Amino acid sequence: MKGIAFDLAHLLAGALVLVSFMLLYQNRLYSLLNVFALQAVVLTLSVAWQAYIQRAPHLYITAAIALAFKAIVIPIALHRIIARLGIHREVENVVGLGPTMIAAMALVALSMVVMLRVNAGADPLAREDLAFALSVVMLGLLMMVTRSNAVSQVVGFMSLENGLILAAAGAKGMPLVVEISVAFSVLVAFIVIGVFLFRIRERFDTVDIEALDRFQGARQ
Amino acid sequence: MVVIGELAVQIAQMLVVLLLAPLLIGFVRKVKARLLRRRGPPLLQPYRDLVRLARKEAVIANSASWLFRFVPYLVFAATWVSASLVPTFATGLLYSWSADLIAIIALLGSARFFLALAGMDVGTSFGGIGSSREAMFATLAEPALIMIVFTLALVAGSTQLSTIAAFMTSPAAGLRVSLGMALIALVIVALAENARIPVDNPATHLELTMVHEAMVLEYSGRHLALLELASWLKLLLYVSLIACLFAPWGIAHEGKNFGAQAVGVLTYVSKLAGAGLSLALFETTIAKMRVFRVPEFVGVALMLAFLAVLLLFVSVSL
Repeated sequence: MKGIAFDLAHLLAGALVLVSFMLLYQNRLYSLLNVFALQAVVLTLSVAWQAYIQRAPHLYITAAIALAFKAIVIPIALHRIIARLGIHREVENVVGLGPTMIAAMALVALSMVVMLRVNAGADPLAREDLAFALSVVMLGLLMMVTRSNAVSQVVGFMSLENGLILAAAGAKGMPLVVEISVAFSVLVAFIVIGVFLFRIRERFDTVDIEALDRFQGARQ
Repeated sequence: MVVIGELAVQIAQMLVVLLLAPLLIGFVRKVKARLLRRRGPPLLQPYRDLVRLARKEAVIANSASWLFRFVPYLVFAATWVSASLVPTFATGLLYSWSADLIAIIALLGSARFFLALAGMDVGTSFGGIGSSREAMFATLAEPALIMIVFTLALVAGSTQLSTIAAFMTSPAAGLRVSLGMALIALVIVALAENARIPVDNPATHLELTMVHEAMVLEYSGRHLALLELASWLKLLLYVSLIACLFAPWGIAHEGKNFGAQAVGVLTYVSKLAGAGLSLALFETTIAKMRVFRVPEFVGVALMLAFLAVLLLFVSVSL
């Protein structure tokens, strides 16, 4: 039982890192959203498995929240935003795919090295989970840095948050209150970002945030 | 007595791969045709093609050097030897102790090297394009393959195929992320190396998209027959490699009797059929990529293999 419990947790957390790589690989917005929904599903499975092996029923609620918001509500809302902005055919390539992937590999290696040094004495399951979670967070950050489209930056931010949830599920005993408040703050952030998207669009006729770099201030 | 038995198994294996390779390709073509609601050529058509090509006169360009005539034999020999090193229906082959996975990769690599040289030898532009594209894909596919081997070697503690296959059937193998990633990477590498659809279209002679066909464009007669057979053997080799590494059920282990080996042959043939079926399905559902997107596709394999090794270090360092 110990063996299969560990293997499956390891497998699901590793799959989450893999899906983060898939996110970096997508350059079309709809496929990006689909992969993001897939990541949320993998996260749900991972958290639910943690709930099962830790015998912590409140983690099931976390899993349900992840499934409802991250896998269903937010992707559908983003789909609608993209359709309304009319940017569903855009292909973006900011930094080339090769350098991005190399940077991503380096970040994963870095987070493994850091995490395994820091928590040398901890339970192996928690250690691996934390290492994977840090990788997911790093890859989310990388996604936000390398993309110029505001929608993909939102997706990067959300996937970063997925990494945080994975870390929280791996470390025993995160209170449910924190969990729910994090989930809702992400939802609020999503709404705020959504409003901003339309504002940016209104102002610059594009959601490419490089337009913000060139902006010199409003001329009345 | 034991040596004679092993030798018999080894010889049987060499004949089995040689005989089944055209059948596999014929099966894939047949299934693809049926999926497109065509009748398709009969299963035995590849054998007939080989016989027809072998009977024909070999035409060689005036500008061809001696290398051009030697390459088909070299490529065929290297591919056949490496195909006979992979355990198909039984492990404990006589030759398998003289060469491991890395040697198989080296054999395939040298076959590719000579084929690329031959593509450029005559001096036509198509051959040159084919060779340069092949080299471009190979720079990503070979490191990926090496990384996959590292992953397997770290897990099983050996680069010997028989040992890895024995380890995979034992309960110690478990469920590992790294192995899953290595499997996906190996499938991608196999598609790229065998010039299957997302990378290259084996059925086309449209010059813009050819890779493998462009390199062998100048060959004819018995030379072409050997090169075709070598490429079919390579497909069979990759299928048996995947079957032996990731699905080694039913393989007859060392020192087993004749019955176990018969079961091994049956399961091997059914594995080949399954692989051929899924290959045909995959190829029918997907479109060919632009040539300059292929490095991204093969790069995914390299990345996955790297990641697998990395994750393995995490588990090992516990």
